[in-house]
Amino acid sequence: MFRETEILKTGSQILPIKQNLEGAGDFVINVGPQHPATHGVLHLVITLNGETIKKVEPHLGYIHRSIEKMCERLNFRQFIYVTSRMDYLSAHINNHACAMCVEKGMQLEVPDRAQVIRVIMDELTRIASHELWWGAMAMDIGAFTPFFHAFREREKINEIMEETCGARLTMNYYVPGGLMADLHPNFQKKVKEFITLFKLKIDEYDELVTGNIIFINRMKGVGILSKEDAVSYGCSGPAARGSSVSNDIRKLYPYAVYDKVQFDEILETGCDSLARYMVRIREMKQSIHIIEQLIDNIPEGEFQAKTKAVLKLPKGEFYSRVETARGELGVYIVSEGATTPYRIKFRSPGFSNLSALDKMARGSKLGDLVAMMGTLDLVIPDIDR
Amino acid sequence: MNNEELKIKITELLPSAIFDETGEWLNIHVTPTDWLSFAIQLRNDDLLFFDYLFCLTCIDWTKPAEEKPDLTMVYHFSSTKFRHHIVVKSNLNSSQPQIETVSNIWQTANFLEREVYEMFGVNFLNHPDLRLLILPDGWEGKNPMRKNFEDPINMIKL
Repeated sequence: MFRETEILKTGSQILPIKQNLEGAGDFVINVGPQHPATHGVLHLVITLNGETIKKVEPHLGYIHRSIEKMCERLNFRQFIYVTSRMDYLSAHINNHACAMCVEKGMQLEVPDRAQVIRVIMDELTRIASHELWWGAMAMDIGAFTPFFHAFREREKINEIMEETCGARLTMNYYVPGGLMADLHPNFQKKVKEFITLFKLKIDEYDELVTGNIIFINRMKGVGILSKEDAVSYGCSGPAARGSSVSNDIRKLYPYAVYDKVQFDEILETGCDSLARYMVRIREMKQSIHIIEQLIDNIPEGEFQAKTKAVLKLPKGEFYSRVETARGELGVYIVSEGATTPYRIKFRSPGFSNLSALDKMARGSKLGDLVAMMGTLDLVIPDIDR
Repeated sequence: MNNEELKIKITELLPSAIFDETGEWLNIHVTPTDWLSFAIQLRNDDLLFFDYLFCLTCIDWTKPAEEKPDLTMVYHFSSTKFRHHIVVKSNLNSSQPQIETVSNIWQTANFLEREVYEMFGVNFLNHPDLRLLILPDGWEGKNPMRKNFEDPINMIKL
C-alpha cells in the first residue's frame, strides 16, 4: 500500500523501495465474510508473505444464534427442532443425536421400525450432503459442470424427503421415542429408483472429476494434516479419516442398527486434500450399500414408542454422539430433573475441523487455500451454532 | 482399560482425585491447581494415552442450588489407541475463575477454551491467544452463557 503512495507523491521520479518499514514484508488480506468460496459467512484473516501463507485466523460468529442458550429455555421435545438449523445439510443426523440423548436419559426403547427408518434417512442425508459438497468442491477449484450433476441427483433425495417429512431442508422428522410420522407409501419404490440411478451416476462422477489430471494436480500434496495433528486438533469424520485416523462412530460405538448392517470404514493414508476427497466419494458408495441392505427389510410395527406428553429427564449428565456427514457430533445434556435441559453443549465437528485449517495452510500458497477449505467441508451454522 | 483399572491407575498418579461413576463414563474431580500436571500425565502415560479431547465445556451452577460450586469445567477424553474414556471435572470459583490451559497438550483446546473464555469468563492461564472468537470485537459486558446474563437490548423473557 505505502509503495503506491510513495510513487504517487513523487510523480514520475520513482524512489527506491524502503525496506525496513513496519509491515513491509507481511500482507494481511481478508477472505470473507461474503466470499463465494467460504460457503457462508466465514471470515478468514490471512497473513501473507508474497504468496505464501504465514497464518490463517478464522473470525467466527457472523451467524451465531446462541443455540445452546436458546435450548436451555426449550423443553425436551422442542429443542430438537432448533438443531436442524445447526448443520442444515445433515438435519436428520443432528436430530438423531438429540433424540438419542433424550432416549438415553429417559431409558426409552425405540421400536425396530423407527430404528431402521432412521438409519435409511441418515444415510440418504449423508449422500445428499456429500453430493452438495462434491459439486461445491469442484466449483471452488474451477469446474462448474459438476455442480449441476450433483444437484440433479440431490433433487431426487429432496423429493423423497419432502414426501415423507414434509420438508426439503430442515426435516424435523425424529422425535424422542421414534419418528413423527410413518413412511409415505411411495418411499421404498422411490428409494430403490434412486439407488439404481445413483449407482450409474457415481461412476460418472469419477470419470468427470476424480480422474481429471488438472483436478489431481490441484489436490495432491495440498493441505497436509498428519495423523498426530488430526487427533490433536480433534478432527473427526472424513477430515480425520483422510489422515488414516479410525474414528467412524457408526463402527466404533454403533447406535441404532449400525451394528446389524455391513459396511466398511473408509480410511485413506494420503493425509492431503485428495485423500479427504476420496474418503467422501467412497463413503457415498458405502451409504448406498447400507440402504440396499435395509430398504427391503423395514420391520412392521409401531413407528413411535409411547411417551408422556411432557418429558422429564432424571438428574444427571447424558452424552450421545453420532457420525454426521462432517464428523462426530456430540450432544451433552446436563439435567436437573426439570422439563428443560439445565445446560446443553453441542460438540460440533466443523468447529474442531476448522481449527486445523491454520496448521494445514501455513507455508502453502494462497491459491491452495480454497482446495484445503473445500475438503474440510465447512458448514458455517454448524461452527457458530 | 475398564473403569476399575482406570481408577487404580489414576489414584497412583493423583491420590487426591475423587471418582464419580454416575454417568456413562468414569468422572474424575480434580482441583484447578492439580490440573496441568495431571493433564500432562493423562496424555503421555503409556497405559492411559488420552490423546483425543473431544469435548470441552463449562457449566454455570450459580442459579438453582447454593451448595453447588459456581462453575465446573468439563473435559471429555478418549484414547484412539485403547478406546477408553474419562471425564475430568474441575470446580472454579465465579469471583475469580481461572485454570491452566491445556492448548499446548491438545491443540483443539485452543479454540474451545477461547469459546469458554468469552461465553463464561473463565480465564485460561498461559493461553497463547486468549481473544474473543465468536462474540464481536469490542464486546463489553457480561458473559452470555452465564445464568445471570441479561441482554440489555433484547429484553425478551421466556
